[in-house]
Amino acid sequence: MADPDVEDLDSFRHRLRGWLKDNMPPADPRLVSNGNSSDEEELAEIARNRKLQRLLFDGGFAGIIFPKEYGGAGLTPAHQEVLNEEIVGYQYPSRIQVPTFSPCAAVINDFGTDEQKRTHLPAIFKGEEIWMQFLSEPGGGSDVAGAQTGAVRDGDEWVLNGSKIWTTGAWWSDWGLCLARTNWDVPKHRGLSVFMLRIHQPGIEVNRIEMLNGSREFCQEFMTDVRLPDSDRIGEVDAGWTVGTRWMYHEKSLGISYHFIRPAGSMRGVNPRAPAPLTVARQAGRLDDPAGRQLVGEAHALKLAGQEASARIGHAIGAKRFNDQAAGLSRIITGVINAQLATINLKLAGVSAVAWDDADEGLGELGVEFLMRQTRQISGGTIEMSRNGVSEKFLGMPREARRDNDVAFRDVPRSASSR
Amino acid sequence: MQLELTAEQVFFAETTRKFLTDTCPTSRLRERRDDPAGFDRDFWRQGADLGWTSLLVSEEDGGGSVSGQGVVDLTLVAFEFGRQAAPGPLTTANVVTAAVARAGTAEQKAELLPDLLAGVRIGSWAYAEPRPADRLGAVGLRATRRHGEYVLNGRKAPAESAGMADLFLVTAIDDDGGLIQFLVPAGTAGVAVHPMHTLDVARRFGHVVFDDVTVPASAVLGDPGPAGAADVERQLQIALVIQLAEMVGTMDRGLELTTDWLFNRYSFGRPLASYQALKHRFADMRAWLEAGHAVADAAAQHVQDASDRAGEYVSAGKSFLGVYALEVLQECVQFHGGIGVTFEHDLHLYLRRAVLDSQLYGTIADHRERLTSILEGREHSDG
Repeated sequence: MADPDVEDLDSFRHRLRGWLKDNMPPADPRLVSNGNSSDEEELAEIARNRKLQRLLFDGGFAGIIFPKEYGGAGLTPAHQEVLNEEIVGYQYPSRIQVPTFSPCAAVINDFGTDEQKRTHLPAIFKGEEIWMQFLSEPGGGSDVAGAQTGAVRDGDEWVLNGSKIWTTGAWWSDWGLCLARTNWDVPKHRGLSVFMLRIHQPGIEVNRIEMLNGSREFCQEFMTDVRLPDSDRIGEVDAGWTVGTRWMYHEKSLGISYHFIRPAGSMRGVNPRAPAPLTVARQAGRLDDPAGRQLVGEAHALKLAGQEASARIGHAIGAKRFNDQAAGLSRIITGVINAQLATINLKLAGVSAVAWDDADEGLGELGVEFLMRQTRQISGGTIEMSRNGVSEKFLGMPREARRDNDVAFRDVPRSASSR
Repeated sequence: MQLELTAEQVFFAETTRKFLTDTCPTSRLRERRDDPAGFDRDFWRQGADLGWTSLLVSEEDGGGSVSGQGVVDLTLVAFEFGRQAAPGPLTTANVVTAAVARAGTAEQKAELLPDLLAGVRIGSWAYAEPRPADRLGAVGLRATRRHGEYVLNGRKAPAESAGMADLFLVTAIDDDGGLIQFLVPAGTAGVAVHPMHTLDVARRFGHVVFDDVTVPASAVLGDPGPAGAADVERQLQIALVIQLAEMVGTMDRGLELTTDWLFNRYSFGRPLASYQALKHRFADMRAWLEAGHAVADAAAQHVQDASDRAGEYVSAGKSFLGVYALEVLQECVQFHGGIGVTFEHDLHLYLRRAVLDSQLYGTIADHRERLTSILEGREHSDG
């Protein structure tokens, strides 16, 4: 069944292994961000990521499953899997993977015109364009199709007004994939369009949001009379939800996607920054305590379960045994398991999670991480959205009654704050 | 169950399912709730004809698998056993048969394997012990060497299907404190089997007392010491892999019953399946079933391959499924309401089996602690 035009996996692995050895810098634990870096450090880190991405591109290993004509490697998910295995132990542009490669590049590849793809995909693969999702809005939560950011046509241009929120790192990114309302007189899914938007331009104000763990990576953008050419529209006018549906699929499938690099062994869908419970238990002096040892074992079992479940569900969707909505199963599993892992680390850290000396700083962070626990069930669409999707579109249970179908969007009831 | 099965494996699983639904429908399980044996020898012999006993034994020893991966094939049977809460010594008989095939001398194999494979003789692994040696891995039964023979003293409980067993595989401690295993016929002088009460409707357990049981040196299976410990670990892994698949089977059947219920049961003029509060919980249950499949399959593959992570994966599987199989089935009960806690309804049959599996061959706590030791051991070998 092997396609004679596609390099076989063994040859690819051999070539890649040699190239990595000669070109890629080895992994350096000091480079793993603890989320507390200064802005200068953060910018230096992004610049370093761009260089790493460029290195991969020059070696022919960027955008593995994207088409060659747009600068990708034109290979298969199996090749990406090989790369994921071989890149372990090396640095890689971890900050440019999500959402730049997926959902953004994946959506551009799915729906962009030939010219749009030629303009942006190679630039992404070279590390020249970092993309963010201009998707969520302050008034909308997980109901992304209820976007109220408006785009009004003016000749060959569109004029954009509104606000987007929860864009990671918009302050150091280049482009945004933006969902906007282009028609208020039709039901909500039929009046949306998708645009490509240069982030740093007149009329866009980027504000950073401080999170409970001190991170200031999330941003909110305010757009005032931003003008963009019609050639930066992706998909048909008012047919943006066709793009949006696919976009949401890519987002929900991040745990099982082959559009980007996820080094093997980093838990699929499991928080890579969470410290290993064995390490926590040792630091906290809990390894002599059977209760502590049980928590460590419980956490390890949960991690393996999350990893194996995501792999299984990904394969089942890939093989068309499950429909796309089954990605929500993976989201539920990893969302719940990540929360459990944060709780276990809090238990292991004990009192040091709430009051700590400098020497116990690592344990203190676990208290803060616990405060952030629910983000794993909120970001990327709340886990409740996945539960709706799984129950209604995977298990076929009756759909919820809703008030936003078959009425003009302008007549749909909405939050008091955004009326 | 693995996503990709060969046509032969699918046929094998379907044959087992059909045989089990024909021979032990839930009405039959209820009728036999007080039957001391729990199953007929004929049932087991027929199962042996279907291949249940031969999967872990090589063809040259008279066995044979379906796919070339006997452990994986066996999990297909175990999954169906869970779905049917079936009776029969699936776990213990396979552990004993595989142990004889793995470590037995030519004489032991020639004497025992044909009958074990044919389901004519039934083996029971006498491994677990009553308090105070009831934690996973604790062995208190002594084997003392005397005049070229061994004298066994101690207690084993619970031993699965002990009352029906013709042969015990006894795990003991020798004079040097190492693990040593014996093949002891059930009728040997000094061996007494006391039936135990049990939660399961179909499966039976015995408390086996060894009181100055004298056995010849030819009864020793394999080599004592580290080799014996490796044999015991392999036996444990096989038992756990069967347990995991069986638990997934109980979840699968529980969800099947509950799906029917949710779609067909109406309250306040709507099917239960239309309530978001229930839909969300049911989506989670379905997710845990999928995770259960994934963990059980991964463990089976590692045990199949005798990988150095097999012990880790079976313990992780037990830690995970020991919690989630039970929670999912209790959610099934909750969704059913009062009928779910009646003897008349089938749900409890699967819940019982899952609870059984969660406690035998090491509790959840045992396996979590074992996982931590495995992780520490790996650190040492890495460093």
